[in-house]
Amino acid sequence: MSTDPTTRVQPTPGVEEDALGKALASTVRPPRASAMSAAVTFGWRGMLKVRHVPEQLLDVTITPVMFVLMFTYLFGGAIAGSTGEYLDYILPGILVMSVLFTTVYSGVALNTDLTKGVVDRFRSLPIWRPAPLVGALLGDSVRYLVAGTVIVVLGVILGYRPSNGVPGVIGALGLVVVFAFGLSWVFTTLGLVMRAPNAVMNAGFMGIFPLTFLSNVFVDPETLPSALEAFVDVNPISILATASRGLMDGTVAAGDLAVVLGTAAALTAVFMPLTTYLYRTRA
Amino acid sequence: MESTLAIEATGLEKSFGDTEAVSGVDLAVRRGSVYGMLGPNGAGKTTTIRILATLLRPDGGEARVLGHDIVADADEVRARVSLTGQLASVDEDLTGRENLILIGRLMGLKRGDARARATELLDAFGLADAAGRLVKNYSGGMRRRLDIAASIVVTPELMFLDEPTTGLDPRSRNQVWDIIRQFAAQGTTILLCTQYLDEADQLADGIAVIDHGKVIAEGTPAQLKVSVGGSALHIRLLDPEQRPEAERVLSRVLGAECHMEADPSSLSTSCADPDRAAEAVGELTRSGIGVANFSLGQPSLDEVFLALTGHPAEEQTPEQAIEEQQAA
Repeated sequence: MSTDPTTRVQPTPGVEEDALGKALASTVRPPRASAMSAAVTFGWRGMLKVRHVPEQLLDVTITPVMFVLMFTYLFGGAIAGSTGEYLDYILPGILVMSVLFTTVYSGVALNTDLTKGVVDRFRSLPIWRPAPLVGALLGDSVRYLVAGTVIVVLGVILGYRPSNGVPGVIGALGLVVVFAFGLSWVFTTLGLVMRAPNAVMNAGFMGIFPLTFLSNVFVDPETLPSALEAFVDVNPISILATASRGLMDGTVAAGDLAVVLGTAAALTAVFMPLTTYLYRTRA
Repeated sequence: MESTLAIEATGLEKSFGDTEAVSGVDLAVRRGSVYGMLGPNGAGKTTTIRILATLLRPDGGEARVLGHDIVADADEVRARVSLTGQLASVDEDLTGRENLILIGRLMGLKRGDARARATELLDAFGLADAAGRLVKNYSGGMRRRLDIAASIVVTPELMFLDEPTTGLDPRSRNQVWDIIRQFAAQGTTILLCTQYLDEADQLADGIAVIDHGKVIAEGTPAQLKVSVGGSALHIRLLDPEQRPEAERVLSRVLGAECHMEADPSSLSTSCADPDRAAEAVGELTRSGIGVANFSLGQPSLDEVFLALTGHPAEEQTPEQAIEEQQAA
């Protein structure tokens, strides 16, 4: 080392040498964090962010509220004859829509993360590889739940009375969140492929918007041209909306539930490994 | 069997598209040493460090870190090393304390232990008062200290430090240097990337000079200086305007070429004999050139770099800048 007097370092305030020495002396090497614990820790990270910047819940809450009010009072009379009747039809649909729209933000958030150095740290830790992603989506699932709850509460205020009561509502919320968890993996993959958060947002909505509108969320498909109706009938979002309505009013078909859960599982099975691979290899 | 080498790399290669970032790097770093990788931007330092820290898979060659293969036993490597990257690897949207607890939990510490460790580190790094503030409101120096604290939540056997003082003010830089010296004193092996010759000189026991993806010279700081030949007379003038005149006087008296340093009022030339150096300085004064200070010593690493590569260390071409960005 140089002994050039002009570069000799003076003792610096701020860093406690003794404490630093002591901190370094501890060489305890804990056992590896379990996959579950690592994922939950990342979920906690997501929750902390919401706590520090609660405004980020606004987009999750305001947009769906606007949708409910607009569709119910603007289109309700024209589409279903009365706003009350339309509310019964559309509320589970908007629940589906608002939660699915929120999933796009999972991809946007991941893409934003990538531009920061902290991802390097996560990637250099000895943890279960998908943990940062699974954890982020677990945290996001809480946002999905918030988005869904807002819709249901608003619906009840506006006079929506689901015949299956509270258990039905909880069931529908749970089903939508599970499906959203599966769908999120598509957007996290997108988040790792696209270059900028805005591009993820645009591409994400370009996909989810038509898929949601070409479903039975807003209108009964029987009025549609037959080719379109055929598509709407097999669109998983229609089936999810139908199943949610069914859970809320007690007429759910087991087949619909199976299709929804199967789709969520299939999306996870395909896109989770893909996302994990991209997360590890993106230079 | 425990190898005495912390890092053994042979023929590491990595390309991004058509750009060859690392083209055959060999490294041998002893356990417990501070090893400097010195080179300009785009020389391949960051890519090499990212390969060794298991963030990038090499296209060719192989490396063992602390005895574990970086590809086959990546998790074993990850459990024993830590990386402090060029971008501060901390979460800006969390507080300092939360950042450290997060890493502690991910490293497998129990909740209470992670909290205790966070407190201990915040105290040690002079961040106790800022513990509850969001990191985005930290200064550059605080952020860097937190970053380094996060790297030692579980004390690593080997630390990769990628340009740890880039962008810091001199006081923060000195703090980081102090911290690195403490690590070294505790026996932690450190691989330090830097483009500051001064930094490598201050901290490292051994240095590899990297340029265009290859190690072009290796040795202790002293050896590298000797390889460039002789001692040097460094002169700092009172008035930078007089530098051309000073150059003429020195060339005449000493019969050697002068090197213009980055500081506009400084120049140096090779000169081994103190008597002749004194004579040259006297001649400057007699010619009416004000000398602020002068020293006779080993050539600076700046000069070493120039002698080894034929271009100054600060030079950076646009292609290199792009490559470095891709590597990051």
